Amino acid sequence: MALGAYVAVSAVLFTIGLVTIAARRNILYVLFGIEMILNAANINFVAFNRFSGDGMDGRMMAIFVIILAAAEAAVALAIVLNVYQLFSSTKPSDVDLLRE
Amino acid sequence: MSDLQKPFYTGMALLAVALLGWGLTSAGPEGLAFGLCAALVIGGALMCLWERSVVRSAFSLMATFSGCAGFYILLGADFVGMAQILIYVGGILALLLFGVMLSPPDLSERKLVRVGGGLLLMGLGVAWVAGKVASTVTWAQLPADQLPETSTKAEEIGIAFIAPDQYVVAFELAAVVLTVALVAAVYIARRKMSDFEPESGTQEGL
Repeated sequence: MALGAYVAVSAVLFTIGLVTIAARRNILYVLFGIEMILNAANINFVAFNRFSGDGMDGRMMAIFVIILAAAEAAVALAIVLNVYQLFSSTKPSDVDLLRE
Repeated sequence: MSDLQKPFYTGMALLAVALLGWGLTSAGPEGLAFGLCAALVIGGALMCLWERSVVRSAFSLMATFSGCAGFYILLGADFVGMAQILIYVGGILALLLFGVMLSPPDLSERKLVRVGGGLLLMGLGVAWVAGKVASTVTWAQLPADQLPETSTKAEEIGIAFIAPDQYVVAFELAAVVLTVALVAAVYIARRKMSDFEPESGTQEGL
């Protein structure tokens, strides 16, 4: 397949991730959307790496993105649990206090 | 609960068939694999956006992540594909499911207007940007017969991680970031000891 096909699928995945963040009123869907957007970026990294010749910068970048996504998911889950404990709600718009 | 479920899934099946057929006619067996992965990625993401149940959304992300791993393997990055399956499907998805299990079910928050309008507007925006990019940028792209060998040895990646002139600094920094993030996650998520004692008041906060 050509490079354009991969980039197109990545753009569609990015769009759906963005809409998931914006349109669903639940903190967990924000996390789902972030994961989709990170995956879309990763597809682009690997695809451009493949079609632009040798070197492995794009691949290594994809691995680092995966590592950082794991760290981000762990911290975000902890924050979600804490927010639910404090506010008894999972709507992002209910979380509007900086102090307890 | 069952409003528009049937049209949605019919549309998804049609989309999958269209992608498979387009791949098969344009590039043969490799195109068929591409179409399968694209159907998994886009279908899983749409289902995550569409479903009312958080559990279904979380499990549909498994299709998205697996399709991405298929893309990486198709693109010759075997190691990245395996890492994707191990870390995303095995790790991050399990973490997200923990979050789903520890939060209340909220089945009434999906609004068709928001989902459909969001898809329309964001789709138009992304299509506009993509058109701009496609008409102004020429990507340095090798012709199909000059592409390098598709199989990457994991050995090369391992050497690149620890070679002083390649990625050793980023590798060590990633290790530090992971350690700090895990300690921080435990610190944020733990409860105070006083929460576990019987007469220490409510846990509700506020």
